[in-house]
Amino acid sequence: MARWGMVIDLDRCTGCAACELACKSENNIAPVSPDQAEMGRAMSWMKVQTEIEGDFPDTSMHFFPRPCMHCDNPPCIKVCPVEATYIDDEGLVGQIYPRCIGCRYCANACPYTVKYFNWYGPEWSDSERRHLNPDVSVRPKGVIEKCTFCHHRLQKAREDARAEGRELREQDYQPACAEVCPTAAIVFGDLENPNHRVAQQKEDPRATRLMEELGTQPKVYYLRTRE
Amino acid sequence: MTEDERILLRPLVETSKRFYVVATILALIVLWGMIAYFLQVRFGLGRTGLNRPEYWGIYIINFVFFIGISHAGTLISAILRVAKAEWRRAITRSAELITVLVIGFGAIQPIIDLGRPDRALNIIFNAQMRSPLLWDVASIGLYFVACTTYLYVPMLPDLARIRDLGIKTPRLYRFFAAGYTDTPSQRAVLERVIGVLSIIVIPIAVSVHTVIGWIFAMTLRPMWHSTIFGPYFVMGAIYSGIAAILVAMVILTRVYHLERYFKPVHFDYLGRMLLLFSILWFYFTFAEYLTVFYGAEPAEMRTFWAKVTGPFALPFWTMVAGCFVIPLTLMARRATRTPRGTFVAGIAVLIGMWLERFNIVVPTSVNPIWELETLGRYLPTWIELSIMAATFAGFVLLYMIATKFIPIVSIWEMKEGRELSVKEVSERVAGYLPEPAIATVGGEA
Repeated sequence: MARWGMVIDLDRCTGCAACELACKSENNIAPVSPDQAEMGRAMSWMKVQTEIEGDFPDTSMHFFPRPCMHCDNPPCIKVCPVEATYIDDEGLVGQIYPRCIGCRYCANACPYTVKYFNWYGPEWSDSERRHLNPDVSVRPKGVIEKCTFCHHRLQKAREDARAEGRELREQDYQPACAEVCPTAAIVFGDLENPNHRVAQQKEDPRATRLMEELGTQPKVYYLRTRE
Repeated sequence: MTEDERILLRPLVETSKRFYVVATILALIVLWGMIAYFLQVRFGLGRTGLNRPEYWGIYIINFVFFIGISHAGTLISAILRVAKAEWRRAITRSAELITVLVIGFGAIQPIIDLGRPDRALNIIFNAQMRSPLLWDVASIGLYFVACTTYLYVPMLPDLARIRDLGIKTPRLYRFFAAGYTDTPSQRAVLERVIGVLSIIVIPIAVSVHTVIGWIFAMTLRPMWHSTIFGPYFVMGAIYSGIAAILVAMVILTRVYHLERYFKPVHFDYLGRMLLLFSILWFYFTFAEYLTVFYGAEPAEMRTFWAKVTGPFALPFWTMVAGCFVIPLTLMARRATRTPRGTFVAGIAVLIGMWLERFNIVVPTSVNPIWELETLGRYLPTWIELSIMAATFAGFVLLYMIATKFIPIVSIWEMKEGRELSVKEVSERVAGYLPEPAIATVGGEA
């Protein structure tokens, strides 16, 4: 059984935010107006956070792409009163939009703040509407949504592999952010499969996970040179 | 008709003009709040001031606040009953009525807060019992049933009496009196049921506010993830309950001239309890904040300083004044344990306890654990404030209307107190003392 995970090399990340954009277009993430964004209601399943160290002029800037951590021990699924958020056999943490009652308990329980709420119903301009991804359901107002590691792509890749009578290969299933990253800072695959890059890279001495001490067992690893 | 009946049944048959004026104003506020809620449902929770990471606001604060007040009735009519505190008799009915109404108004708050109220029944059809929210649904549901029964059953003799006197809507009272005729055997069953209920209701009440505390404590968020939250919430709930009773008693005394029933001794005793709980409140709060401060974990400290000196310093120190300084100074002196003094202290505690819930919900929400995450802000909109006003107005309105249908002081319990308890208590006190030495006849001289 696969255990899907991600390795993000912060030393390679240029902060271009292509991952953010690819994610938004892949997953039909509704844009919000500037004043709504100002209120903290913009949605970005993948978010490039910036970290500025030191005082001017002696500063350095780091970028921190932050998807859902797909924890092996996810705090969000324990608190959901209706089991609208779940973890599957392969470690993917998903959200059932038609069941979610919008209590936002999971959003409060997530230490990584990766859960987004639809404060209003989604709105697109006509040009955007024509390019919605048919593989990803559009979320109605009043429900929580989050990064899924593009699990609709896994479904498709698996069907293709079965049709062609072969095993699933690493390149068959890549989320949009990993696919688009120009510096290959984002690497995705099966953490249990020694042939996958993530399985090797997570053993890198630079590897850490975000807030490991909380015991959530995130499946996103960050590689970072310690100064 | 006895003197008690004449005084206590008067509000049922005589209604002043002022009552109608106040009721109309309150009804308009409720209507206004319903319009606000309609807009929120129609357009989405975007109409509130909530955002990411400030996911919970006014509604959840009011939820905790109202369910907290509901501990009023449990304390007075159950704990004091079990403790055989005879002075409770005049207060039980008004306190239990507060309890039942605020459970209702509290329980609708999380539903108002839902993004998809149309799917609220999913919590039954897809119940996930590991969620503290589900524990809450179970515990509050049980509490509501128990408290409603506990309000209704001891009301039977009074309802039967009103039916027999025929002073108001006979059909209604015939129905609700349920054939009660106050025979000795019926009275014995009644007393037994009340006795059992008063014991059952105490652990349920404790569970209710413990679980509400656990909703926060079960997450890993700074200053929520704390083992003290269960007991801290129960203590705070009883505290705000006592404050609510005191405020209600002062208003009822003024409006219905109940000075004969709510006597200085009642205000004095409840004032002493308020004093005890203000000290308990300080103890719990100090223990909680000192532990956070001393451990000094970075994420915890961001929330800590946000409350103590940061953007939430005003609500924080107002809370300390309202929950500790004001009630402590007023209630420590006998001269201010008067209706007026307890009224001021009660209002201060209610405001302080509302702010305590604000200081629990909001500062933690706006300070995410991850330091790279943007800080949140929260400014409630008129929609949230209108719904909050409607909740308070709706509670007062229903309470007012209820006083027009049920005697707000239990008539039969007063009668029982006069006829039985005076004797019983003197016998009980005599029983505490050593038996008097029996004079032996013809002994040594």
